[in-house]
Amino acid sequence: MNHDHFRQQAYGPAARKEDARFLRGKGTFVDDIALPGMLHGAMLRSPLAHARILSVDTAAAAAHPMVEAVITGDMLAERGLAWMPTLSADVQAVLATDKVRFQGQEVAFVVARDRYSARDALELISVDYEPLPVVMDAGLALDPAAPVIRDDLGNGRGNAIFDWSAGDKAATDAVFASADVVVSQELLYPRSHPAPLETCGAIADLDEITGRLTIWCTSQAPHAHRTMYAMMTGLPEHKIRVVSPDIGGGFGNKVPIYPGYLCAIVGSMMTGKPVKWVEDRSENLMSTSFARDYHMRGEIASTADGQILAVRAKVIADHGAFNGAAQPAKFPAGFFHIFTGSYDLKAAYCEVTGVYTNKAPGGVAYSCSFRVTEAVYLIERMVDRLAAELGSDPAELRMKNLLRPEQFPYTCPTGLEYDSGDYPRALRTALDLAGYDALRAEQAAGRQRGEYMGIGLSFFTEGVGAGPKHQMDILGLGLADGADLRIHPTGKAVLAVSCQTQGQGHETTFAQIVAAELGLSPDDVEVVHGDTDRTPFGLGTYGSRSTAVSGAAAAVVARKVRDRARLVAAAMLEVAADDLEWSGGAWRVKGDPEQARGIAEIAMAAHSGLDLGTGVEGHLDAITVYNPPNLTFPFGAYICVTDVDAGTGQVSVRRFIAVDDCGVRINPMIVAGQVHRGLADGIGIALMQNITFDAEGNCLGGSLMDYLLPTSVEVPSPELGATVTPSPHHPIGAKGIGESATVGSPAAVVNSVIDALAPFGVKHADMPLTPAAVWCAIQAVANTTKGVKAPDV
Amino acid sequence: MQVPAYVEYEKATSLTHALSLLAKFGPEARVLAGGHSLIPMMKLRLAQPETLIDINGLTELSYLDSTGTELRIGAMTRHAELLGSRLAGQHFPILHDAERVIADPVVRLWGTVGGSLCQADPSEDLSAAFAALEATMVIAGIEGKRTVPAREFHIGPYETVVGPGEILTEIKIALMPGGGSAYEKVGRRAGDWPVAAAGAAVWLEGNLIRTAGIGLTAVGAPQFAAREAEESLIGAPATQEAFARAGRLAAEHCRPVFDQRGPVEYKRHLASELTVRALRRAVERARG
Ligand SMILES: Cc1cc2nc3c(=O)[nH]c(=O)nc-3n(C[C@H](O)[C@H](O)[C@H](O)COP(=O)(O)OP(=O)(O)OC[C@H]3O[C@@H](n4cnc5c(N)ncnc54)[C@H](O)[C@@H]3O)c2cc1C
Repeated sequence: MNHDHFRQQAYGPAARKEDARFLRGKGTFVDDIALPGMLHGAMLRSPLAHARILSVDTAAAAAHPMVEAVITGDMLAERGLAWMPTLSADVQAVLATDKVRFQGQEVAFVVARDRYSARDALELISVDYEPLPVVMDAGLALDPAAPVIRDDLGNGRGNAIFDWSAGDKAATDAVFASADVVVSQELLYPRSHPAPLETCGAIADLDEITGRLTIWCTSQAPHAHRTMYAMMTGLPEHKIRVVSPDIGGGFGNKVPIYPGYLCAIVGSMMTGKPVKWVEDRSENLMSTSFARDYHMRGEIASTADGQILAVRAKVIADHGAFNGAAQPAKFPAGFFHIFTGSYDLKAAYCEVTGVYTNKAPGGVAYSCSFRVTEAVYLIERMVDRLAAELGSDPAELRMKNLLRPEQFPYTCPTGLEYDSGDYPRALRTALDLAGYDALRAEQAAGRQRGEYMGIGLSFFTEGVGAGPKHQMDILGLGLADGADLRIHPTGKAVLAVSCQTQGQGHETTFAQIVAAELGLSPDDVEVVHGDTDRTPFGLGTYGSRSTAVSGAAAAVVARKVRDRARLVAAAMLEVAADDLEWSGGAWRVKGDPEQARGIAEIAMAAHSGLDLGTGVEGHLDAITVYNPPNLTFPFGAYICVTDVDAGTGQVSVRRFIAVDDCGVRINPMIVAGQVHRGLADGIGIALMQNITFDAEGNCLGGSLMDYLLPTSVEVPSPELGATVTPSPHHPIGAKGIGESATVGSPAAVVNSVIDALAPFGVKHADMPLTPAAVWCAIQAVANTTKGVKAPDV
Repeated sequence: MQVPAYVEYEKATSLTHALSLLAKFGPEARVLAGGHSLIPMMKLRLAQPETLIDINGLTELSYLDSTGTELRIGAMTRHAELLGSRLAGQHFPILHDAERVIADPVVRLWGTVGGSLCQADPSEDLSAAFAALEATMVIAGIEGKRTVPAREFHIGPYETVVGPGEILTEIKIALMPGGGSAYEKVGRRAGDWPVAAAGAAVWLEGNLIRTAGIGLTAVGAPQFAAREAEESLIGAPATQEAFARAGRLAAEHCRPVFDQRGPVEYKRHLASELTVRALRRAVERARG
């Protein structure tokens, strides 16, 4: 029995420990918590997208018999809390003092004795607005005549936020100038929303006697939030406790701090009582972090025989009214650097311009790995556009250009170092699973009968596991994660980690990691998370970083425990520590493997009166901090088969084949669950999800009847495959998987639909590919050939 | 949590009781059937009735039967019951086609046929189905009952001829031999309201169309019906050409509006395309 065998016993498919409480309806979410004397908050929001506030009259609301406090922007300003820092070195209004800058912006906060009264009192507040012209079109935001949204900044930059670039412009331009074939395409990645089932909320409880503030909150990053609350409120950090209980989905939506959380804190300060605020569905969709809204122009250059040479991208990024995007990387163009994709390119260059518009703030949320999703969509659409232009098969074109296994570690033209990969093997596996050649034959036969079937591919590479401290931080906090492992005398273990599960199954996976390192059963390892008083510091769960960073910390801390256990085992067996080797889940005497001690026996001995030798502390507990040396680079090959009804424009996804390589798989069942979820996301994004606005700035996506999430009818049972290429720098060879399918699948779906529409001459259509969008794409080509203008979608 | 404003609640125990409660509480009282339209509007405070009169206890309005000459559907019949009724499906498959694509199983278990019609949403599927079938609505008031043809039931969006003190009690459809019917809908997703939908009911005599009803929803067709298209079919042979002409006329005479579901041109196209598809299937069914 070698160590690998033991690891295999602890690793492997296992039902989630979390399921026991969730399946019984026994989870504890923020809204399930009721504290004695708790009050309830409700937020007054702006009906207008851009307006100056002339006055806010709260007298009638304050006079409501059930109302305990009404908070306005001016009152926050007195406490220095009217504005708060965002995750991108911008500021955001907590409650508006000067202007409102998007529909749904926070204007006033009512604290009342029950939720109904709080809501009723909102209608008693009267706000006098002077409407201002709006900027809804990102492309027009930089027009010198455009109204300036962020006049508070006074920086003379109009609506421009940043100008980023990455790659070698001159080298890229030179390759393009001499390339045989150049294809360009405008691509919109529309505004989508994470829409977690549980909306955002918080309960703030300031204990006037101890001065301690406890915040129960829907937070994907409790420790980062604690530090931010301390910096914002001036309360000492050791008096602040953030508890993130069970979380009903995050997807990036629960990374930032929202105005409602701060208002709950101020409400508790003012009333001396706990204050709960939980937003409703419309508030969540209209005001919290959105994702994408990336207006891209892609260009791809190749030789006549399909050797891809270079890629160029120009992007306008619509960040809404405040730059609230989480953007940890110090890379010149953030994580968008990975737009070079999975191919062996000579050169690449991108420019990204961030702009303010009168829309809700945010930018990266929704399983996007900080813009990797947009990058993957760009390159994978461009490769398909090139294939169509060259008349070559998109699978063959990819195979011809994929990085080869011997090129790893590979430094891409924008400077990322991909850690490991066997790309051709993953693509071949997917093509075999799909029965690719047979599908192509079926497609050809169907077209004869006027049936439009599409086969779409996408090959993605992500860079996840943020991240190395020298490359990234959030508000000055590096992205290293701690782990604290306690071994009780009877050999049971408690692992405390800083990341926060929102459905990823950390309580199971991380127990398996520790169990594998220590020869324990995963049932004997309890995972504690989500409470800053009980866990070591770390940056939280998003960007597929938990296994990549906290998971690594868990393995490393378990190895520290093992090393401590070795000294104790040596004392127990009366041999030198050097004479022991770890094998089969125990410390064994070299050459006499029957002489062995497992962790449980060692733990008891570590607490006993046994003479452990000089300098040996006893007990087995250990702590560690893991600062990742590099990102990990998961990849995958996806194939989507669709059927398109050309008469109505309806798309149905017939099959989805997903081959993921996330390195070593700790719990393949949880990995599969993550992929299933991500594919549903991707199909939704590609076919139906869209937060739209009218010309006045009214949000048209404020309910789940308008902002559509896919159902089991639209999402087929996926066909999953796997290859395993361990990460060479991760302690257990694992990479991230949380976002892979969301990142990789939209391009496959769109490529499939465009493939289906090839007989009509359609080259591209933007997401979401609703029936109307598909029909209009067909008509646009038909009308262009007839010289008629296409209808606006 | 979205929270409605304060509201009084009364539970009616019979039709007479419900009518007297309506009289007592006046025009700011609203009947509560399945609540799947009314409650969401109340949560968003788009509707703020003073009193809800719950008619879910009125089993006397929950039935589905045949008199031999008519199919009768009680107003409190749930979507799921209509979908599950073999009697309804056997005579009017259009009703099953439509029910299958209305909302989702949860909404269908609770939402009612009467509530759907009284809600009078321009996108309500059953309104088009009953328009195609030229059904008759029975409305009860404190003074007694009156009947109104389906095509005179709606006054406009969210408005019907049912007065403040009245309750819709029944929908009747005449049973005639030689018929076939079908419903075709395009949504953006399962459970979505229609982008557009068309229902067709035809009665054949040999290969000729004796009479035809065409209902359209979500495309601004007056009273959910495509009259010009219907007229073009009467006495015509049941051919692809006739269906195509009817489709063209249906598209020409409807008034769709642009929204998130699509542009006007697209909806007009669907009015035609779905009319043709519904007619084709209805005729297939009529032929057996
Ligand atoms: C998620 C969702 C999706 C939906 N999708 C669709 C769809 O795709 N297609 C579709 O057609 N519909 C759809 N609906 C609407 C659904 O069919 C109707 O909401 C529902 O059936 C209305 O009936 P109800 O019994 O719930 O009416 P209620 O909500 O109880 O009442 C609606 C209105 O009618 C009045 N009313 C009810 N019954 C009577 C009566 N007997 N006499 C007089 N007035 C009465 C009420 O006072 C109220 O004003 C959807 C609804 C939801 C929630």
